[in-house]
Order: sequence, then C-alpha cells, then structure tokens
Amino acid sequence: MISTETDILRAAEDWARGGRGVAIATVVETWGSAPRPVGSHLVIDGEGNFLGSVSGGCVEGAVVAEAADVIADGKARMLEFGVADETAWQVGLSCGGRIKVYVEKVN
Amino acid sequence: MELSTLAALNAERQARRAAVLVSDLAGGTQRLVKQVAIAADPLAELLERQLRSGKSGMVEADGTSYFLTVQAPHPRVVVTGAVHISQAMAPMARALDLDLVVIDPRTAFATPERFPEVTLLAEWPEEAIGRIGLDAYTAFVALTHDPKIDDPGLVAALRSDCFYVGALGSRKTHGRRLERLAEAGFDATTTDRIHAPIGLDIGAVSPAEIALAILAEIVQTLRGPRRKPA
Repeated sequence: MISTETDILRAAEDWARGGRGVAIATVVETWGSAPRPVGSHLVIDGEGNFLGSVSGGCVEGAVVAEAADVIADGKARMLEFGVADETAWQVGLSCGGRIKVYVEKVN
Repeated sequence: MELSTLAALNAERQARRAAVLVSDLAGGTQRLVKQVAIAADPLAELLERQLRSGKSGMVEADGTSYFLTVQAPHPRVVVTGAVHISQAMAPMARALDLDLVVIDPRTAFATPERFPEVTLLAEWPEEAIGRIGLDAYTAFVALTHDPKIDDPGLVAALRSDCFYVGALGSRKTHGRRLERLAEAGFDATTTDRIHAPIGLDIGAVSPAEIALAILAEIVQTLRGPRRKPA
C-alpha cells in the first residue's frame, strides 16, 4: 500500500521517467475542517491512475478529471472545493470545509 | 513542475536534508531551495519560519503569493536490540511511515530472516551510530536490557538532538542506568530526556503491545497532543 507523501512523490518521479504523463495536485489552502492538511499530494497519470489523497476521498474524482486536462495542455490549474461551491452537491466536502488544490504537470 | 526539480526534491529527502520548494502559483515559476542555501535566499526569513513550523503553506512577499512546500527529513526510529519487540515494531513502523533502523552486534539476533525489509546493522552501536548519525528527526530506543549494548546507544542519543529517547526496563533497572550515566558525566536535566518506563501506559503486556505503546509515545512526541482537555 502506498500511503505516504514520501512514496507518492517518488512514484511521480518514477512515472514521469517511465514516459507517462504525470500531474501533481497539492492542497495549498484549507478553511474549516478540511480532511487533509496543506501540502498533501495526489499524483495522477494520463490514464487516470492516482496515488495519495487531497481530501480523504471527497473530491479526488474531480481532481483526477481536471488533471487529465492539465496533462493534455500542460497548463497548471487552481481548483477550489467547498460548501460555497455551486458544485458542492456533486463533489463538495461533507465535513463543511473548503480546500484549494493546485494541479500542475511534471515536465 | 520540472522533472529535475521533482528529482532534486526526492534526492534531498532521501539524503535526510531539509528543503523548501518555492512556487509562484500565479506566475507559474518554481525553485527548490536546499537547507544550506536558505540563509542566503532573498526569502530567507520566510523560508526559515516555514521550515521551523514543519508545515507547507502560502506566504506573501512584496505583493507576490508563494506556496512553500516544506520538506523536513523523514522521521526515523533507531533501535538497539534485534529482539522480539523490535520484530513486532517493524510492520507497525512501516505503516506509520517511520523508517526503522535496528542495531545489534549479536549476529544470532540480527538476522535478515528475523528482520525482513528492515535496515539491520549487526554492529556495536558506537560504530553504527557513528556512521548513520542521529538528528533532530530521529527517535532512539534502547531495547536489549544489556548495558553493554544499550548504554553506548543512549550516550550517543543524549549527546545528539534526537526528538525522542526511550529505554526499556523496570524502574530499578532504570535507576541503575541513571547511576551509570551520571558516572559518565551526564547531569539530571540531560538524563531526564529518557522516557522510562518506556511507552504510553496502555498496560502493554505482549511484545506487540509494547511496540505499539512505544511507537504511540514516539508519535505523540513528534506531533504533540491536539485535543483540548475535557
């Protein structure tokens, strides 16, 4: 089981060296009772495989979907999730917190 | 992120050196500042403060927001004693993301069969610790019950800035240990750093339970309690 930040960034490097498209998502800000601390990572490849966690499962699906675009066009994106978000009913945080997630491609 | 930056970040972590990744999220630029280079960096004060906190976070400098990814060396547990308790500790430490190093010069105890996937050093603690070093991100645990092996490890740990020092043994055993350490020149303030009896008091009986109590105490020392008392 890969569960640690250590293994996640190592995996990102290995994946990129292996020729896979890779994006790194990082929790850069949190408000309220966010499930994962600032600095947590999710690593995603071009086929939607992912390791790590930015929210304990609440918004990973949405981040993985955005990461596909980041890998495709190389442009970094800032994503925001929370109860104030209009898509909250879809991919909100059940705990009521808000998080900002930065998604960037490994070049 | 450039692959070279990611690789450098991973290399610093592997080498147990602190580093801060500075990302200008709006501008899209990024640079890695290694520990030795922090003092000379234009953002030195901010970087040092963030590193001390041990947490990543957003900062502002001259109207620009930066995200600082803090990478402190990985917490590690160094144990003297390739014994039953350290055997039980191995899979728990792995699950907790703590690197485990087991030191025991007794080659009958320190066998790879008994310690698969653990860094096992079949040497005297002076030699082994002299080589690997003990830093502020290391916990030291003495488990052999044998002063010939445990004491040199404790001496090295007390001279280092290990975040945790613990020693197995009854109060009587620990009393004799304190006498020996006093003779070796350690004052009471220094020997007070030793957690003994070792581990959180959960009434541990079996080797696995004792391993759990010790690791729980190490995590508590590393993170600090968070809940307010009721």
